Amino acid sequence: MTQNLPSSIDETADLLSRGAYVADRSLATIVFLALSMQRPLFLEGEAGVGKTEIAKVLATSLGRKLIRLQCYEGLDTAAAVYEWNYQAQMIEIRLAEAGGTQDRDQLAKDVFDDRFLIRRPLLQALEPDVNGPPVLLIDELDRTDEPFEAFLLEVLSEYQITIPEIGTIKAPEPPIVIITSNRTREIHDALKRRCLYHWVDYPDAARELEIVRLKAPDAAADLAQQVVNFVQALRSRDLYKQPGIAETLDWATALTQLNTVSLDEQAITDTLGTLLKYQDDIARVQGSEAAAILAELKSATSK
Amino acid sequence: MSTPSNHIANNIVHFARILRRAGLTVGPRQILSSIEAIKHAGLENSDDLYWALHSTLINKHEATEIFDQAFHLFWRDPRMLERMISLMLPEIATPPTDPHEKSSRRLAEALLKQSPDAARPEEIEFDIDASATMSDAEVLRTKDFEQMSAAELREAQVALRKLKLAHDMVTTRRTRPASHGRQIDMRATMKASLRAGDIIPLKRRDRRQQQPPLVVLCDISGSMGIYARVFLHFLHSLSNDRSRMHTFLFGTRLTNVTRYLRNRDIDEALSSVASAVEDWDGGTRIGETLRRFNIDWARRVLGQGATVLLITDGLDRDAGEGLEAEISKLHRSSRRLIWLNPLLRYDQFEPKALGIRKMLPHVDEFRAVHNISSLADLVATLNGTPTTSLKVA
Repeated sequence: MTQNLPSSIDETADLLSRGAYVADRSLATIVFLALSMQRPLFLEGEAGVGKTEIAKVLATSLGRKLIRLQCYEGLDTAAAVYEWNYQAQMIEIRLAEAGGTQDRDQLAKDVFDDRFLIRRPLLQALEPDVNGPPVLLIDELDRTDEPFEAFLLEVLSEYQITIPEIGTIKAPEPPIVIITSNRTREIHDALKRRCLYHWVDYPDAARELEIVRLKAPDAAADLAQQVVNFVQALRSRDLYKQPGIAETLDWATALTQLNTVSLDEQAITDTLGTLLKYQDDIARVQGSEAAAILAELKSATSK
Repeated sequence: MSTPSNHIANNIVHFARILRRAGLTVGPRQILSSIEAIKHAGLENSDDLYWALHSTLINKHEATEIFDQAFHLFWRDPRMLERMISLMLPEIATPPTDPHEKSSRRLAEALLKQSPDAARPEEIEFDIDASATMSDAEVLRTKDFEQMSAAELREAQVALRKLKLAHDMVTTRRTRPASHGRQIDMRATMKASLRAGDIIPLKRRDRRQQQPPLVVLCDISGSMGIYARVFLHFLHSLSNDRSRMHTFLFGTRLTNVTRYLRNRDIDEALSSVASAVEDWDGGTRIGETLRRFNIDWARRVLGQGATVLLITDGLDRDAGEGLEAEISKLHRSSRRLIWLNPLLRYDQFEPKALGIRKMLPHVDEFRAVHNISSLADLVATLNGTPTTSLKVA
């Protein structure tokens, strides 16, 4: 079922919350602007803060098709845009020759035909869809190299792709483009300038609690609160990798699975691996540091 | 709102001008999109205005702090707004007044440093005095470099062309046409088959080679100080030679100077580096600065298999405390770790070698050079065979 695009920031916030995404006002504003200005949305932030999720939620709640392009080093047009089906082309040529065709120009035309074109995500995203323009998720753009970024420039500013043998394919309506980056390198300004930029930050305690309640409903209310407080306190420590929301949810689920009703030092030590992913961080937090944070939280709540 | 949209557009243009004066790059295209964004977002809610402008005018997380200050100055403070309106009159070229000066200093700082509170703009006080954040123990000086002569520049370029780091090429997953390549280029073959007669020429591709990103961590503390000019000269030429390079200077603190070294003019580059770095000729805290690098930068600049060039004499004020864990972490997150040691105090070397002993097991390559008088010496050292004899027992 296709939904109309939201017509205000409030409606956008509603749309996201219907898709079980707890967004703050700033994010709702940016999503609304991206939709109404038909501009790509560039989301940057640490791993596990819910960047990819936005695209998924948008696609589901708008009833659009989600097309995902996962970026990796060496991603080229053959994997991202289109490729010819060479085997089928070979057979076509053989058949034509067997049939006695002599006209090479005609053969070239037949072989580089739509039938032999394999559409990759970017090309798919430009094609009309019955449910309206699809949501194109270009995930972890920082993993590719500069040449691919440069190629994206053309696609994202004109929403068109040129295939030498066929011609230019232009989207009748631009897709909803969401680009994410974990900032393992800087994306070039030229690309960012064509997008609306938003830094997705770790949520504050209230919003994180809301997220945990929504996504890990089995966790006891007290436990959820404690988990969120602990993670929030942990983020103010000097860690190599601070836990994201994804880790908070994993942790809450893990604790629930172990029938924990209240955080204590033992429970933390047993499950810390779901929260922290660097040995140095785990070694640091385990034991005394965890106890210190717990004591801190206890004294804060008893006040 | 009764304000005519023309007036808003004017305001945005002036706001953008302030951002630009604060050192952000805001082009006309971004101004146009921000005007469009405001049309969509409306003006009823100042938060919406904030985020609408933020999403269109800012494209770096670091710039958020500057934007936040500028926004509150410009859109909230009525006196400031008045002044801005007076600025709208034809003569715009008033010299920057004091608060601006201060704010752009803060802004420049914000661009350089990753303070832990950078992500929480609401906590930022406007008049933070930068000098209050430095500890008394640090010796803070600015550096005065003599200008480069044209002959020196030419010499540097010649020397640098000879620089060949070991393992400085990596095979990427991208391919290029190659007559004796290892992969068959189906697309080119197909094309050729339509042009050719009975025999179809087989076209080939091969993987492309590329220089990996290079990250340089250069010690500029007192013991290294006399060679600072040669090092910076070297780093500047290298920055303009390689596409993916990040440069950090450290003594008691870590400064990212990549941006300044990109300046083609070496004298301008060096003078901006000199004013950006605040701990020239002070002590060295290798463990602590490596730790800051590992936490704040490693994931951002080492992501694509970078080679790390560490330039330090290994003389650590903290006597190697916490150093081993950090150097080993750096080693594990870089593709290749090269340590260039200028061995400036060779005579006093042994007794103080604790830091060195801790670092040596964690580097892929150790290179020592005794007397650096020119860039050519440096290049020769980096090109030569790695010094392995100096494994301190």
